[in-house]
Amino acid sequence: MSNKEIKNLEEIFNQRIARDEKIEPKDWMPEKYRKTHIRQISQHAHSEIVGMLPEGNWITRAPSLRRKVALLAKVQDEGGHGLYLYSAAETLGISREEMYEQLHTGKAKYSSIFNYPAVTWADMGAIGWLVDGAAIINQVALTTTSFGPYARAMVRICKEESFHQRQGFEILLSLCKGSEEQKAMAQDSLNRWWWPSLMMFGPKDEESPNTEQSMKWKLKRKSNDELRQQFVNQTVPQAKILGISIPDPDLKWNEEKQSYDFGKIDWDEFWQVVKGHGPCNKERMTARVGAWNQGTWVRDAAVAYAEKQANKNLNKAV
Amino acid sequence: MKKNWPLWEVFVRSKNGLEHRHFGSLHAADETMALENARDVYTRRSEGVSIWVVESKHITASNPQDNGELFEPAQDKVYRHPTFYKLPDELKHM
Repeated sequence: MSNKEIKNLEEIFNQRIARDEKIEPKDWMPEKYRKTHIRQISQHAHSEIVGMLPEGNWITRAPSLRRKVALLAKVQDEGGHGLYLYSAAETLGISREEMYEQLHTGKAKYSSIFNYPAVTWADMGAIGWLVDGAAIINQVALTTTSFGPYARAMVRICKEESFHQRQGFEILLSLCKGSEEQKAMAQDSLNRWWWPSLMMFGPKDEESPNTEQSMKWKLKRKSNDELRQQFVNQTVPQAKILGISIPDPDLKWNEEKQSYDFGKIDWDEFWQVVKGHGPCNKERMTARVGAWNQGTWVRDAAVAYAEKQANKNLNKAV
Repeated sequence: MKKNWPLWEVFVRSKNGLEHRHFGSLHAADETMALENARDVYTRRSEGVSIWVVESKHITASNPQDNGELFEPAQDKVYRHPTFYKLPDELKHM
């Protein structure tokens, strides 16, 4: 195709997006649109899969059967969400194996929040309330994204995710209504998860070079800072209901803006964790790669069995 | 051995009386596993009463680049729609 033809196709493509038309996998799309989507969707999928690890560790330690079945269901959902997203990315021409390879070799990133440890039961509450809460804000914004398979996966995920946040909040609510020690455990967990949750929305707008293009493609409908502000505004009153305090001395209501002002985020910490120096980066990858490698014989056995059955049926047919 | 599980498309009937609708896709070694995985991945909250799975390679899809030839001819055939026919207002139920 000549440059002129590509320019023309690109023009038609941009007009379709401007008209809020959805782009489907077999439609013509600029190479950069394809690549950016593969990157974003696969990293989103990786986040779901790695996100199972900090919580999976607590399934056997849940304090009651009720909590245990709920946590188990939540972790299973996250596995499911990863699968929806991997399939959405595959429609763009990357294979599942390639994506796993990128995750396992560290070429692809996943949400940094999962590189923090979940050290107490209260962390199961804080993860559900804050981490899933932040994820929901991000994901609701993506339900109207321009790429059809991604938008459809987001709709399904958002429907399922609201239980995640509610179960987390309920865990913290029980702790906050409990003994002094339990309440202190809830507070400690909020102290540790608050700032990393704010970082989940990504760098400040002026330091997020891809935002402009992503907005144009409607891959992003709101900027990082807008979404972060929305999260703060929505979460502060919830902390009041719990009766625990957000660890930010600069947090205060701004009457004029009709929203909360909040303190400075430690972006050095954010970049440290992104670059692989968070508290659990190594542990997460070891667990993930270990699970994949230890499962090799199961995957191979399933293929061998399927081939054997197929041959049997073939022989019967003859 | 290193052989990858093929891709399957999943169709779910959400309740009797409705058609099967495309829900998404997944990987599985064979059709039995594809059904089981579809159950776990797409119907964890009673979303369906029946599942179809078909290996993705068996689906033949039209190419969006041919949309003009394929679908535009229908656009000037307005006489295929009831509103094309001008009838008196006193005519009821037609």
